[in-house]
This record gives sequence, C-alpha cells and structure tokens, in this order.
Amino acid sequence: MAGIPHDHYEPKSGGEKWLHSRLPIVGLLYDTLMIPTPKNLNWMWIWGIILTFCLALQIITGIVLVMHYTPHVDLAFASIEHIMRNVNGGHFIRYLHMNGASLFFVAVYAHIFRGLYYGSYKAPREVTWIIGMLIYLMMMGTAFMGYVLPWGQMSFWGATVITGLFGAIPLIGEPIQTWLLGGPAVDNATLNRFFSLHYLLPFVIAGLVALHIWAFHTTGNNNPTGVEVRRTSKEDAAKDTVPFFPYFVIKDLFALAVILVVFFAIVGFMPNYLGHPDNYIEANALATPAHIVPEWYFLPFYAILRAFDGDVWVVILANWVTGGIVTAKFFGVLAMFGAIAVMALAPWLDTSSVRSGKYRPMFKWWFALLVIDFFVLMWAGAMPAEEPFSSISLIASTYWFAYFLVILPLLGVIEKPEAQPATIEEDFAAHYPKAGSAEGTAQQPAE
Amino acid sequence: MIKSLILAAGLALGFTGGAFAAGGEGKIKDVDFSFEGPFGAFDQNQLQRGLQVYTEICSACHGLRYVPIRTLSDEGGPHLPEDQVRAYAGEFFEVFDEELDDFRPAKEADNFPGSSLENAPDLSLMAKARAGYHGPYGLGINQFFKGMGGPEYIYSLLTSYTGEEKEEAGVTLYENLAFPGGWISMAPPLYGEDVEFADGHGNDLSHISQDVAAFLTWTAEPKLMARKQAGFVGVLILTILSVLLYLVNKRLWAPIKGKEH
Repeated sequence: MAGIPHDHYEPKSGGEKWLHSRLPIVGLLYDTLMIPTPKNLNWMWIWGIILTFCLALQIITGIVLVMHYTPHVDLAFASIEHIMRNVNGGHFIRYLHMNGASLFFVAVYAHIFRGLYYGSYKAPREVTWIIGMLIYLMMMGTAFMGYVLPWGQMSFWGATVITGLFGAIPLIGEPIQTWLLGGPAVDNATLNRFFSLHYLLPFVIAGLVALHIWAFHTTGNNNPTGVEVRRTSKEDAAKDTVPFFPYFVIKDLFALAVILVVFFAIVGFMPNYLGHPDNYIEANALATPAHIVPEWYFLPFYAILRAFDGDVWVVILANWVTGGIVTAKFFGVLAMFGAIAVMALAPWLDTSSVRSGKYRPMFKWWFALLVIDFFVLMWAGAMPAEEPFSSISLIASTYWFAYFLVILPLLGVIEKPEAQPATIEEDFAAHYPKAGSAEGTAQQPAE
Repeated sequence: MIKSLILAAGLALGFTGGAFAAGGEGKIKDVDFSFEGPFGAFDQNQLQRGLQVYTEICSACHGLRYVPIRTLSDEGGPHLPEDQVRAYAGEFFEVFDEELDDFRPAKEADNFPGSSLENAPDLSLMAKARAGYHGPYGLGINQFFKGMGGPEYIYSLLTSYTGEEKEEAGVTLYENLAFPGGWISMAPPLYGEDVEFADGHGNDLSHISQDVAAFLTWTAEPKLMARKQAGFVGVLILTILSVLLYLVNKRLWAPIKGKEH
C-alpha cells in the first residue's frame, strides 16, 4: 500500500510474532494510529474525531433507548414518555440522543466547509470526498427516520411531506411513495420500517467511516497549506509530520472535551431548545400543524426545495420544454438533491491548480459568501413560504448553484494565486521560528 | 437555534371543531419562574398549590394521562408524603380497570385519568408542547435567555381573557389575547379566588395561574431537577478535563513548536 513512508510495527516477543504471521491486526492498528500527520493542522481538523465520537454516542444511547421503545403507532409516543418518566436515567439518555443528532450535524457541516475551503476534495482525495458525501446522505436519512420514531405531530407531518417528495417523480413517483411508506399514507408500516432502517443505517455509516479513513490514510491528510507531505524518504516525511498518536490524539481529545462542555450544558439546561414544541403532541392525521418545519440541519436544503415554485422562470421553462413532465414540485425535488450533487462534484468543478483557499485571493471572498449563503438558507427554510422569504430563498439557492457550477470553474482560470510555501516544514517554521527543523523530534514524544 | 412559528393549529382545530384557521400569534407575558435558568429549581409549595388548582378546576375537563400518580411523592416534584398520595388517588380519581371491566378508585400506581371532555387536550406535556417565544425574526435568540416559554404560554392563556364572546357554527368562542388567532373555545377557567390554599397563600388570578403553570411544567418535565444536576456535574467534570488536556497538549507540543515547557 502506498502512503507516507514511516516506521512500521515489528513484532518482538514470540507471542507477537506468532499472531503477526497469522493475523497482522496489531500491525494494522499500529499503522493506523501512528500515521504521519501534517504537523501544521489547525483547529478545523478536529471535526473528524468529533464526528466519530458522535457516531459512537448515537449508537450507544440508541441501543439503550431501543430497549424501552415500542415501534407502534398506538404505543410509540407513550413509550417515549415511559422512557422520560420511568426508566432510570432515561430522560438524560434520550436528551443525549436528541441533541447528539444536532452535535453530529454541527460537526459534519464544519467538516464539510473545512474541506471546501482548504480544497480537501481535490485530487488525489476525490474518493475520500465522495465517501464523505455518501456518509452525509446516510446521516440525513438516519436523522430523518429517527425524528419520526417519537410519533409526535412533527414526526408524522415531516414524514408525510418528505415521503411526498418521491410522489413528485413523474410516472413512477406514486408507486415509489407507496412502496416506501408500506401503504397509501404514513402509518404503522412506515413507523416500523423507519425504526428498522434507523437501527441499520448507523452501522452502514460506521462501515463507510472505515472506508473514509482508509482512503485518506492512503493519500495522507490534507493540511492548511494544501502542500503535500514529502514522500521522497522517511526522513523528509518526518520533517513535515508528527505521528497521529500522541500528538493529534491529545489535541483532538482536548477539543472534544471543550465541545462536550457546551454539549452537556445544552442537554442539561436547555435540551428542547433545538427541537419543535409540536413534537410533544402525539401524531394526529386529522390535524395539520400550521407550519411544518424540519429539524434545523435540514433547513438549508428545505429552503432550496421550496424556493423553486411555479412562478420562477426556470421552472416554467423546464415545465414547457419537458411537456409538463417536470412540474414545479418535481423541479424543487431535483433542486434539493442537485444542491448536494453539485457539492459532491466539487473535485471536478474546481479548476484551480492551487489546493488551499489560503492562497486564493478571489476564492476566499466567494467562499465566505457561500458560508453566509448557507446560514441565510437555513433561516429562510424556517420561515413561512411567503414574501419576502420566497425571494430570499430563491436568490440564496441560485448562489449555492452558481458557486459550484460557475464560480469554481471560472476562478481557476481568472484568478492569480499567491505564492505557496514549498514544504509544510517551511510553513510550520514560519509560525514557530524556534521549532527545531531536522532533529527528528517527530519520532520522540515528549517525556 | 432557528424556531418556526408553530403554535399548534392542531389543537386549535381540536378546540373549535375544525372551524378555526391559524391566525396571528398571541401575546405572551414573561414570568420569572423559580425553575428557570441553569440553577433554577421547582418550588415544592408552588407545585403542591398547582396540584390543588389542577385537581379542583382543570381536571374537570383535562387529563394528565402520561403522569403516574405515585410521582407526586417524588423528590424534585411536589414531594407529598406517600400515604397522602395514596389517599389523594382514591379520593379524587377513578380509572377504568380492564380486569374488573368497570371503574374503580385510582391507586398511586395508576396514571392520572385522561381528559374527560373530548375537545379538551391532555395537559401532561402542554408546558413543552407550546413555545411562548420565537423571535426576533424567527431566530429563537430570545428563547436562549427566557426559556421556551411553555409555562409563560399557559400563564398568559389563563390571564388574557378579555370577556368578549362570539358564536361561530354553534360554538361559543371567547376572546383570548394569548391564544393564536385570538378566539378560544375554552370558557375562562379561572377568575381569582377559585381555590383556598391551606397555607393562606395569595389566590388572585395571577397567583393561581402561575401555580398551575408551574405544576404543569413539572408534569411535562418531571426530571427537570435531576437533569440540571446531571448537566451541572457533566459541565464541571468536562471543564476540569478540558483544562488538564489543555495542559497536556501544550506540554506535548512544546518541543515540536520549539517552545519552553
């Protein structure tokens, strides 16, 4: 396997040699943990560990919740109240799981935008990026189905609206919707299959996470300069890197602890802040809530879905060109999935030869606007579908697509990038002038 | 974070037999409840007074079907003596027993009965099912400072009747400034001095409305005190851990960064 040259595990004792010749698992773990990591990684490189923690937290709290939850339309809501009132510590475990989903998405958005700024998606890391996008899609599916399980009003109506999107697909839409729901409407069959898949998908995500890590351990981490680690020799590589353990393990654990302080404050003091009050009302198919709003982490894409209504000229044009097959609703669905698809295609849409946004003077501003755009969309997604919010959503949605489809391809041609450091070592030395350069400190943990 | 403008047209529809369309939002008055903020705690006496208001007035129509009666003796709640809870259950409530196929006096192991009036929503979770605040501009920032506003919503609903009435499709509606849309089918339930408290505590409209709002906050979130305590312990331990990890990290990286340690 290719990779950054470094020391590998050598079995010493007889027992170790015996195992290593039969199953080199210790060697695998050693190489994974001791992988040479660019020593200039900044604080935006902590989110991977936070995400891994979130996945573990959600799986562990989820397994405990399943022990007390009943997936049935008549009993689900009451079983949640049973957890909240009668199960020892149940209220806290449930709030951890509820808010754990939010922490998961905070982390994944930070992780994605870090990748977008520092060009982590660019060659040779396209596969890591694509697997990451698949993980993100699965996360959204898992979170959406999990939100249905408490069987509150917003669970039920959210499920009705979102599965209804599949009904917008021409010709085959309605059979697909019926097949997904297990019936003509959201009911017990829907709840049961969502429960089953909500339990299954996290383990699929765990598998994809392993592939994600394998992929970037093969290419090596990106870093804030976007300059690759030197692979000419083990000594050169050691000048650019430090082993992941203990340097980044401790750094990431510190970051995790700080984030968990905030997380526990939210769980302990305001656990319903990020939720919707309507979900404390049991699902009622006869009473539609005034505003059906998804959880905050879906809002940007929900805004894009709603932005393209029947009055927008592109929608009218698409409808006319396709002879009415592409309706406004279907266009909205295409736009929503398209918004994620263009993000996944970033490695091929970005034409710049420079990886890190740090050395791209024009890109920086467009990227900052994209981040603002994301928050504007999030806010617009929570507002009712009326003016001025519709127009704001439309403008913000247009920018989202323009960034990936127009600005990224053009910038590579017209932008004049700034000078990049020749090596990571040089960049690191510029920050820490006293850092010893060729002492091989990398291989010697302090004390 | 971002809050929708949801104020449950679902139950609004239930109130008015479907004739109601969700209108503007009601005016919610802010109340300083003892249980607000990270260090806030339930006032045990207030919860007991609220229980009395619920029992004597609200329970005529509304139920608390998710609340086990025995939890009235829990710490962090009304904390009544167990024998009192037992006597209270049998004296005030009847439940349907499937084995007997008949009603019998409630025991402390039973839950409170559900609503006896079809249109009256169950109150178990009402204090969490309503949000008093959303703003500014739907950003939910004021919730961060004032709380979700569920108990404030209940308090405001009980104290914001104007006295105006109207008939619509054979249903009498009462004007209420806190209710979304402004007209509610529930007649004013409290007028002040509706109950006499054994300890002689004030029983004007504002006081008893606060008491019952506090009680319903407890029924919605009975583990509030335990949760805050666990949150506090979590924050404390993790803060210490953060400091220790910061120091370890600083020392670990010092030789790499060429700093003194």
